[in-house]
Amino acid sequence: MAHKWGMVIDLDRCTGCEACVAACHAENNIATVNADQAAKGRTMHWIHVERYWEGEFPNIRARFQPVLCQQCDAAPCEPVCPTYASYHNPEGLNAQVYNRCIGTRYCANACPYSVRYFNWFNPAWDKPLHLQLNPDVSVREVGVMEKCTFCNQRILAAEIKAKAENRELQDDEVKPACVQSCPPTAMVFGDLNDPNSQVSRMSGSVRATTLLEEVGTLPKVTYLGRESSHGNE
Amino acid sequence: MNNAAQANVIDFTPEKIRKDLLLPVFHTSRRYYALVIALVAIGLPGMFVYLYQMSEGMGVAGITRPVFWGFYITNFVFWIGISHAGTLISAILRLVNATWRRPVTRCAEAITVFALAIGAQYPIIHLGRAWLFFWLIPYPSERGIWPNFRSPLVWDFFAITTYLTGSMAFLLLPIIPDWAMVRDRATGVRKRIYTVLALGWRGTPREWHRLEVAMRIMAVTILPVAISVHTIVSWDFAMAPVPMWHSTVFGPYFVAGAIFSGIAALIIVMALVRKALHLEEYLKPLHFDNLGKLLLVMSLLWIYFIIAERLTVWYGNEPAEMAAFWSIQRGRFAVLFWTMVCCNFLIPFPILAIKKLRTIAGTVIASSTVVVGMWLERFLIVVPPLEHKYLPYDWGHYSPTWVEITITVGTCMGMILLYVLFAKFVPIISIWELKGPQHAKPIAVTANATLSPAAIRLDNTLPSTNS
Repeated sequence: MAHKWGMVIDLDRCTGCEACVAACHAENNIATVNADQAAKGRTMHWIHVERYWEGEFPNIRARFQPVLCQQCDAAPCEPVCPTYASYHNPEGLNAQVYNRCIGTRYCANACPYSVRYFNWFNPAWDKPLHLQLNPDVSVREVGVMEKCTFCNQRILAAEIKAKAENRELQDDEVKPACVQSCPPTAMVFGDLNDPNSQVSRMSGSVRATTLLEEVGTLPKVTYLGRESSHGNE
Repeated sequence: MNNAAQANVIDFTPEKIRKDLLLPVFHTSRRYYALVIALVAIGLPGMFVYLYQMSEGMGVAGITRPVFWGFYITNFVFWIGISHAGTLISAILRLVNATWRRPVTRCAEAITVFALAIGAQYPIIHLGRAWLFFWLIPYPSERGIWPNFRSPLVWDFFAITTYLTGSMAFLLLPIIPDWAMVRDRATGVRKRIYTVLALGWRGTPREWHRLEVAMRIMAVTILPVAISVHTIVSWDFAMAPVPMWHSTVFGPYFVAGAIFSGIAALIIVMALVRKALHLEEYLKPLHFDNLGKLLLVMSLLWIYFIIAERLTVWYGNEPAEMAAFWSIQRGRFAVLFWTMVCCNFLIPFPILAIKKLRTIAGTVIASSTVVVGMWLERFLIVVPPLEHKYLPYDWGHYSPTWVEITITVGTCMGMILLYVLFAKFVPIISIWELKGPQHAKPIAVTANATLSPAAIRLDNTLPSTNS
C-alpha cells in the first residue's frame, strides 16, 4: 500500500522555540531576506510559529501554533495551477515542481493558509549560510513558488534505503527537519495508512482538530488542541 | 423617433463623405506627429521598467504575501472590460439593424481589439517567469504535459485568444472595401500597401454578398464569445476559496461591469475622434444620446449587482468574509469604495437620466467618471479580499510601487497610440456603410432585388475608379 504521509502537532507541547523554523531553513535551502523585504511580508519561512495571547492582563499567557503546508487532500492550490507545477503526488503530498512553475501566483492566492512562498528575487543567503546549502534540495530561482515538501528528499532517501535492504519502512525512520529538531517533541510524522503508526494513533485523539476545517481542504496535518485551554491557569 | 430620424440622416453626397473620411488617411498634420511622439515618450519608460522588473524579479513591484495579485491583474480585468465596448455593442446594434449605429461601429470595434491586445499583456507582465508564458499553450512539448485544463487561467487563455481572433475578424472584414477605396485613389508606396491590405477587393456583387453573410455570422457568434470571456475572467476569482471572491454572482456582475465600462470608453473615444478629426457632422448628438441611455441602463444594473453582492455577504456574516467586507466598507478602502459609488452611480446617474444634461459634454463627463470608477471596482475586487484571508496571521497590506505605476501608464499610452495609428491608416468611420442607405432605395426598386446589399453596393465602389 502506498504511503500517506501525515503529521500531528501537539499544541500543548509546543514552546514556540522556533527550532523547527531554523532547521527547515537549513534543510531546504530557503533563502534569507533582508529587513526591508521582511517588513514587506516577503519572509520565506516554510514553517512559522504563530503566537496567540490568551486571557486578560495580568493573567496572560502566550500560545504557539506552528503552521506549515497542511498537505491537503483536497488542496485548493492544485487545480488552479495552469502548468501542473502544483500537483498531487502518488503519496498524497502537494508537490511543487519548481521547473514547471511560471509564477502566476494563483496557488498562493487560493491557499487558505497562505503557506506558499514566492521568490520575489533570486535567492540569497546571509553569509556564511551560503556555504551550507543542502545538496539534496534544489535551489529555486526567481519567479517560482516554493513551499513545504514534508522534506520529500528525506522520504525518498529512506524509501530507497529500505528498498535496497529489501524491507518495509519503519515507523520512525522518516523525520522531516522540523520534527527532528523539535526539543519538546511536539511534532510527530509518519504514515497515516499504517493504523499502528504513532501519527495514526495520535490523529485519532479526541483533541485532534485540523486548521480551517470548514473550508473543506482535508489537511494531513492534525493539531492536538490544548487540554488546558478551558481552565484559567 | 422623429427627432432621431432627423438627426440620423447624414444626407451628404458620396463624394463629400469620401472626402471627409479619407482626409486623415491622406493628410497628416504636424500636430499628429507631435501627439505620436508625446505618446511614445510617455509610454516608453513603461517598457524599460518592465524589462527591469523581468531582470530583477517581481519583488520590485509592490505585491507581496498575501496579496499576490495587485495592479497588474486589476489592469488586466479593467482592459478586458473596456474591450467589451466594441464588439458586443456593435454586434447587438448590427443584429437589431439599428441604422444610427453606422458611424459608431468601427470606432467601437477598434477599441475591442486594442484593449484586448493591451489587456492580454498583463497576465504575462505579472508572471514570475514571463519568458515561459507559452507553457499555457497546449502544444506537444518536450516536457510531455498539457496545460492543466482545470485551471481558470488556461480557460482565460482560450477565451481571450478566441475573442481576440474573433474581434479582429469582426473589425477587419468591413474595413476591406474601405481599404480598396484608399487603394484606388492612392499613389506610390501607399498604393502598394493598401493593395495588399485590400486583399484584391473589386466590389463585385458576389464579394458584397459574402461580406454581408460573413458579418451576419460574425455578429451572432461573437456575442456568446464576448459574454463568456468576462465570465471566465470573473472565474479567475470566483473559483478560488478566498473570502469575497468565491461568489456565484461574479459572472454576470463582471459582464455587466465590462459592458458598462466599455460603453463609457466608447463615448470618450467618440468625442475625442469627433473633435480631432472634425467629424461633427457624422458623430451627432443623437449618437451620444443613444449611447448615454445605454450607459444609464448599465449604471443601474451595476448598482443592482453591487447591492446584491454586498447585501448577501453582509447577511451571511461569515467572519472571514466580514473582515474583507468591513475593510472595504469603512476601513482602509472606504475612501476608494465611496469614490467608486460616486463615479459609477451618484454622478453619472443624474447626468444621464435628465434629458437636458445628456448632451455630448454631459455623457463625456459621466463616461470619464465611470471609467475611473470601474478601475476602482476591479481594484477593490482584487486586493482587499487578499489582504484579509481566513487567518489573521496572514493579513497584509498592498500598495503599488513606481514600477507598477510606470507600467500601467505605459500601457495606457500604448492603447492610445495604437488607436491613434489605427485612425491614421483606416477611415475611422466606415465609408461604405455610411453611403449604403442613400443609394439603397432607387437601385432596390429598379433592380427588383428588394434590399439585397450586393445589388446596392455594386454602384458604390464604382466612383472610386473614375475620380
